[in-house]
Amino acid sequence: MDINDFLKNFADQFDDTDPTLIRPETRFRDIDEWSSLNALAVLNMIGKKYKVIVTADELRNINTVEELYDFMISKQK
Amino acid sequence: MNPFSIEGKRILVTGASSGIGRAIAITCADMGAKLFITARNPERLSETFALLEGTGHKQFCADLTDGEELQSLISHLPTLDGIVSSAGIIRQIVVQAIEQEDVNETIQINAIAPIHLSRMLVQKKKLTRGASIIFISSINGNNCAFIGSSIYAASKSALAGFMKSLALELAPRSIRVNCINPGMIETGLMKGSLLGQQEFESDVAKYPLKRYGRPEEVAYAAVYLLSYASRWITGSSLVIDGGYTLM
Repeated sequence: MDINDFLKNFADQFDDTDPTLIRPETRFRDIDEWSSLNALAVLNMIGKKYKVIVTADELRNINTVEELYDFMISKQK
Repeated sequence: MNPFSIEGKRILVTGASSGIGRAIAITCADMGAKLFITARNPERLSETFALLEGTGHKQFCADLTDGEELQSLISHLPTLDGIVSSAGIIRQIVVQAIEQEDVNETIQINAIAPIHLSRMLVQKKKLTRGASIIFISSINGNNCAFIGSSIYAASKSALAGFMKSLALELAPRSIRVNCINPGMIETGLMKGSLLGQQEFESDVAKYPLKRYGRPEEVAYAAVYLLSYASRWITGSSLVIDGGYTLM
């Protein structure tokens, strides 16, 4: 598992967003398509693929895709 | 005679170890009923049992999705005056992330188990004439919908459909069958939610009565539907949602 897999899985949660726009430094709330539905889809993806529960409260303090990845890895340990 | 009394009635409550089911068991016992309570978690079921006023109550630890355990439970029950099916789970998951096991788990616990429980009680003639059956359904799936709750909604509207046909079939014996459709109730189910404090606060604001419901507020409705006072009510779904679905 590395961040490139995570970027791909993260990008998979969007339908109208160019996957190349999803980079480690991407501030995901700035993505046009971002909504509460995507947020829940991302949390579900993390639960399913990485077996980590990240809550909406935790997500609120995270801004970039890389920060989310790092937070998830820290919870996995 | 007080038409709202349920004193002496023998009532089965499933999902009695927590939340709405626990509140219903405790309230019914307070009102003088004899309780038969069941749930999967023995410790929490015993906690509920210890809170039941009066004597003659019984507890049965059982997983109602397990055919043998269900059969064993039914064999230990006397004829009943009331059933409240309250066992249920909720998982927040968008359709995009759903796997087979997610569907199976929620539909099994929320819909299939109550259906088998009902049909076995009918087949084993465990329901007295004039008995009352209540399914704890939800506004979710019946009166409105939410993102991430498609399977839950499907399970709860399945209960509503089953309830209507069962109400018709049992009417000749004056047995009534109804659903209660609560809005968001403050229970342990909320603690497992992915939603955060901010989401809950903005959600509460959508309720005209400006708060979530309390388990005992669902219990009071269950007492009414179990009592003689509701003897002409069958096949209905009682919405208890602080006005949420008016909006």
